[in-house]
Amino acid sequence: MTDLTKLTLVECIKHVKEKKCSATELVGAYVKRIEKSDKLNCFNTKDLENALSKAKKIDTNKKFDKALVGAPIAVKDLFCTKNLKTTASSKILSNFIPTYESTVTEKLWNEDAILIGKLNSDEFAMGSSNETSNFGNVLNPYRLNNENLVPGGSSGGCASATAADLTSATVGTDTGGSIRQPAAFTGIVGLKPTYGRCSRWGIVAFASSLDQAGPMTKDVKDAALMLDVISGYDEKDSTSAKKPKSAFLNSIKNNVKGLKVGVPKEYRVDNMPKEVDDLWQEGIKILKDNGAIIKDISLPHTKYALPTYYIIAPAEASSNLARYDGVRYGFRAEGKDLTEMYENTRSKGFGTEVKRRIMIGTYVLSSGYYDAYYLKAQKVRNLIKMDFDNAYKDVDVILTPTTPTPAFKFGKNTDDPIAMYLNDIFTVTANLAGLPAISLPIKYNKDGLPLALQLFGKSFDEQTLLNTAYSIEQQVNFKSQVKDWWM
Amino acid sequence: MSDKEFNYYISGETGKWEVVIGLEVHAQVSSNAKLFSSSSTQFGSEPNSQVSLIDAAMPGMLPVINKFCVEQAVRTGLGLKAKINLLSVFDRKNYFYADLPQGYQISQFKHPIVGEGEVVLDMSYGTKKIGIERLHLEQDAGKSLHDQDPIKTFIDLNRSGVALMEIVSKPDLRSPEEVAEYIKKLRSIMRYLGTCDGNMEEGSLRADVNVSVRKIGSKDFGTRCEIKNVNSIKFMQQAIQYEAKRQVELLEEGKKIDQETRLFDTKKNETRQMRSKEDAHDYRYFPDPDLPPLKFDQSFVDEIKKKLPELPDDKKERLIKDYKLSNYEAGVLISDKDTSDYFEDVAKNSDVKLAINWVIGDLFAALNKIGKSIKETPISSKNLSKLIQLIKNNTISGRIAKDIFELMVNDHRDPKVIVEEKGLVQESNVGELEKIIEKVLKDNSDKVAEYKSGKDKLFGFFVGSVIKESKGKANPALVNDILKKKLS
Repeated sequence: MTDLTKLTLVECIKHVKEKKCSATELVGAYVKRIEKSDKLNCFNTKDLENALSKAKKIDTNKKFDKALVGAPIAVKDLFCTKNLKTTASSKILSNFIPTYESTVTEKLWNEDAILIGKLNSDEFAMGSSNETSNFGNVLNPYRLNNENLVPGGSSGGCASATAADLTSATVGTDTGGSIRQPAAFTGIVGLKPTYGRCSRWGIVAFASSLDQAGPMTKDVKDAALMLDVISGYDEKDSTSAKKPKSAFLNSIKNNVKGLKVGVPKEYRVDNMPKEVDDLWQEGIKILKDNGAIIKDISLPHTKYALPTYYIIAPAEASSNLARYDGVRYGFRAEGKDLTEMYENTRSKGFGTEVKRRIMIGTYVLSSGYYDAYYLKAQKVRNLIKMDFDNAYKDVDVILTPTTPTPAFKFGKNTDDPIAMYLNDIFTVTANLAGLPAISLPIKYNKDGLPLALQLFGKSFDEQTLLNTAYSIEQQVNFKSQVKDWWM
Repeated sequence: MSDKEFNYYISGETGKWEVVIGLEVHAQVSSNAKLFSSSSTQFGSEPNSQVSLIDAAMPGMLPVINKFCVEQAVRTGLGLKAKINLLSVFDRKNYFYADLPQGYQISQFKHPIVGEGEVVLDMSYGTKKIGIERLHLEQDAGKSLHDQDPIKTFIDLNRSGVALMEIVSKPDLRSPEEVAEYIKKLRSIMRYLGTCDGNMEEGSLRADVNVSVRKIGSKDFGTRCEIKNVNSIKFMQQAIQYEAKRQVELLEEGKKIDQETRLFDTKKNETRQMRSKEDAHDYRYFPDPDLPPLKFDQSFVDEIKKKLPELPDDKKERLIKDYKLSNYEAGVLISDKDTSDYFEDVAKNSDVKLAINWVIGDLFAALNKIGKSIKETPISSKNLSKLIQLIKNNTISGRIAKDIFELMVNDHRDPKVIVEEKGLVQESNVGELEKIIEKVLKDNSDKVAEYKSGKDKLFGFFVGSVIKESKGKANPALVNDILKKKLS
């Protein structure tokens, strides 16, 4: 019998719809696997019993018409889920149970997907290795000479869980690369939609002008299906965009003939490993061989993207995280007066990286420094946007590597925040410009680690992005090489 | 118009000082829902009964602007003859406090919804224009309750997120009296517009008062102190008086004024330091990334403009013109929209002169006595105009009218009904009156003799006695005529 957990999301649903398996069997297969995978530490909270009873209900009702019917889905622990603990992987929210459901997850359950748990991540999505979580490291299912590797971050739990077949697909959030970088490190597909494509309502905020929810899946079609479900205007989010109902999956095409692909010279950074440069060339060749037109382009302000990002994101975070004050919900450490209670709560409730970013953010917004940092960063952000606007006069998509290196070992960058921040060097521009971008696994390096390419699309043109990624996927025929070493 | 000169100066040892005052008025927007959430704004509800997930700043909650509050701000801006900004920006004002759930207040810092405007004051020494610097929208915070428990502080978030308009005046005010007039005028304008109920007891209107002093003739502003959150006109005036005097004393001693935030202690009637400039918060303002800039078209403003009601200044002019009222009378009436509306209702159907006297005189006194506003008046405008008609057509005398008025205050009834029921119709039958007069003259024959021997003053006594004898019903004019004849 087929191992149901090896199926893609699209295949799972087909199985259920065609009654090749029941929803209970499908969920059961995942539950079994999840129960044997604690070592990976992907889950902050599991909801397996409820998942099974929901599956039974679907089987009893015998209505299999919904888009995600029976699909077991775990989501990043940043999405508020009604009556199920939502922690943002932080101590400060370690006991928080929302009374409400985020718009994005609500859309999943409305299509009869089944929640199986909440996935580990960096604390408040701040990190590139999942090492800042209050609930411990997540292990990458891929290893280097039997040594554990980080899954990337911040959606590390999402990435490992998808790669290790612990969820049929998932939704993560991407503020500077938090979907794409871990997707690249674990050999899965990660899509950050255009800013405003998916509602942010009910997602624990990190940096409001950059945060965007998006799918992390086993392949491109799954990403298209997930995006069809989770996207859409939400009157509860003033920054969400009014766009007609999408049909990404049904419109997907394996055709890049005449597609103009930009290759930005600024992404060829110093000390980029040869394997990553070779990967990039391979990607270019594949597209060219299939009829795409390759163009060298320039995005001149790219070098300012990382510093710009590390001003804007902490600035917004410093304000967004002010509500975690021990007064109304979450963790509280008492003090002799209000100020001391704040200090104790926030000192003990937040981890080091979160505190670092709150301090950076507070600094760049403070009077006397605002103009030099925050205001200037906003101006540079506009220049970065204009770089893309100019580039898109000549090209339809832009091709780059997703990350400068494959997955690395634990502790490699933990003492050097700047080195850690460099992980986001290719991904932050999409967030700053609000553009959609997708990370696609291409091949394995000589050590057996996944390598991935990234495609940027035009604003609200996820379709072209998905089509291009789908075409490449058909050519490279990337297959999971996860060995169940942890079981 | 000026019958008096402006003369509010602080006399110090070194000469006279001028007081310079600017106000930041916080006016609660009249709206059923909050600025960024749909929670109710009903005053006096159970603590924390009007708190949405957004107001409590639960994780992942996002603000959505309430369009009605935007309209109210624009309406108020138009009422202040101010520039309406078609693009404005919401900023976050960051600070920690237990009753500020988000850890920031959403306000408008650099780009307010309303720009410069003006308010015209009618002072005894003439009219005075007070400049408006700006009006912006912002959220109110919740309330900390320190008196519910010996150790704990309780938080009530019902107010959290309620829409406020902060109306910032230019430093154009020069005396506590002008401040009082300014607040009254501003409140009156907003009540006419229906944009703020102006209820200071409920906290719908409060102000931060900026005070500085300078020598008469000086063009430079002195260092100012800001007195926070004063919630009555009386307290504002007292605070200014105290603060101006304090500053003059310091300056005359050769000391400097520190720019600082002060509190007014209503019990001790003094201001004292709340925080110095060094302790001032760094609010780290930045545009709220959850809210796109607020943009609307001129047509949106024009639509609101079309539906704008008549404003106090225009109404006053019209009342003077249409009803030939004095400046004072019109001023008294327009200070409250309901009062002037009431007056017009009465005057339209009766007599202007009588109407103004009854409204400003007897009605105001009666309302004052029973502690009710004109909105809650026991005497409807319809009934008061009926009463005036009864006087006008000689059905009742002015004296009887006063008695009927008293009855109307108590039982809200139609004066005609009372007159008929109590048989209070004025006696104008000459024969009947002569009978009464003859009786009075007969009973007071000694006084008649005195009168005839030259004591003219007694005429009033005879009139009074006749009216009394008639139980107030005698038509006084007729009584006069007949008496004169009889006594000649």
